[in-house]
Amino acid sequence: MPTITYIQPDGAELTLDASPETSVMRAAVNAGVPGIVGECGGQAMCATCHVYVSPNSLEGLPEINDEEDEMLECTSAPRDPERSRLGCQISCGPRASLVVEVPAGQV
Amino acid sequence: MTGQDKAPGHVVVVGAGQAGVQLVDSLRAGGYRGRLTLLSRESERPYQRPPLSKDFVVGGRDAEPLRLRGESFFEDVGVGARWGVSAVAIDRSGQRVRTSAGDWMTYDALVLATGADSRGLGIPGEHLAGVHRLRTLDDARDASGGLESARQVVVVGAGFIGLEFAAGARARGLDVTVVSPTARPLRRSVTPAVSAYLTERQELDGVRFELSEGVAALSGGDDDAGRVAAVVLTSGRTLPADLVVVGVGVTPASALAAEAGVAIEGDGGIAVDGSLRTSDSAIFAIGDCASFPSLHAGRRMRLESVQNATDHARHAAAVLLGQDPGPYAELPWFWSHQGKVKLQIAGLSRPGVSTVLRGDPASGKFSVFAFDDGELVSVESVNSPADHLAARRLLAAGAALSPDEAADLAFDLKAYSRAAPVPA
Repeated sequence: MPTITYIQPDGAELTLDASPETSVMRAAVNAGVPGIVGECGGQAMCATCHVYVSPNSLEGLPEINDEEDEMLECTSAPRDPERSRLGCQISCGPRASLVVEVPAGQV
Repeated sequence: MTGQDKAPGHVVVVGAGQAGVQLVDSLRAGGYRGRLTLLSRESERPYQRPPLSKDFVVGGRDAEPLRLRGESFFEDVGVGARWGVSAVAIDRSGQRVRTSAGDWMTYDALVLATGADSRGLGIPGEHLAGVHRLRTLDDARDASGGLESARQVVVVGAGFIGLEFAAGARARGLDVTVVSPTARPLRRSVTPAVSAYLTERQELDGVRFELSEGVAALSGGDDDAGRVAAVVLTSGRTLPADLVVVGVGVTPASALAAEAGVAIEGDGGIAVDGSLRTSDSAIFAIGDCASFPSLHAGRRMRLESVQNATDHARHAAAVLLGQDPGPYAELPWFWSHQGKVKLQIAGLSRPGVSTVLRGDPASGKFSVFAFDDGELVSVESVNSPADHLAARRLLAAGAALSPDEAADLAFDLKAYSRAAPVPA
């Protein structure tokens, strides 16, 4: 099974098994990863599952659609032009692993 | 700094929805070290309700619920969670709660996060097989499972739940009719422009509407009298139906409080003050069940939303921790997702508001800004999350915005809202 690794602001890492279609937000909420809230239930409505994708994991992710783009403009932690995504909009897909950094704040 | 010495020794929380779960989380995150008990009448681990009328409808019976917290969260943070155990009585003078398991639990502070129950129609045939409500995960599993063999779906009620379910059922290719006694959908929730847009989009997708029309009865079939086969309208017409969803609002679950003599408001909610404290200073009420003084509405009200539940919970936790957060003042916001339409609402509309449009509904992206006597009170955004988030900042800050600025697409709303003072 593919894995998703979450790196906390203090450097602590947690790696979870996740099916290819399980979103970064859903896997994190189900496992209780600190710092990923997912308050709207994955509707790209609340921007509380903001993550920074590690540079090596960026390739092959689905493109950012207009809704996600607008929500990313309004995240609590600053947007990174290359690496910011909403966790509810990305999953491992065909890749073996995905690494994301959790920002310092969501709400 | 927290006043840990002032924090109560044992906090009992009744209800494990969005409010109750956020409360125990915020208490522990805020450094509360006392005893913490969570009573949940459902044996199901806490889950998110918003997807139940949205993704869940399309996903079918086997759709996975989204949990509010991870499997081991309650154990990890030291919450004594009792699943499938409800509170059945409060002995206020003894500061104890009797549970459905038969025992009494004493408390230093009691938090009622009991939520709300879906309202029924009170008409014949309401309990036939194939008639569903949508409140709990079990409700949603039943309804979604029923859609697998249904062909003709009737949704009674044109509120958010009804419209979301209608869009989901239609996306599964079913024949869907929405029946509502109101002349327009979401009459209590959104302005006429947004109501009209949502109705038109659903009609374009093939959903039919029977508006200004009531339901007199639900009737069984000729070959199976125990299963719904038709919806009888008050006008006398009959709609064939093999699945009916009733989404006609909720009543706050305030009976436990009422029976204990805790003050209840005219809206049925448990009366609380700006600290979310009830008429009994050791008892709090948060989320859907609480009738609270809203600074944004300028009156007492009840709200049913994730935002209201979680913000109430964070506020009550701060009060319990002795942090003196001042009166509750969070800005209400809401969202709904119907087919391809994403609606986000910031603030509270009022009767008699004047509205301006930002953007063109024909483009599928627009917002309605509502002003009361020149003051911005609410913004409804369709597929325009940037407008929504700007509106949230402006409304929370109480920043001035003129109708002309709101309507002018050349006016940089985002930049202006970012410059708005951050509320204390």
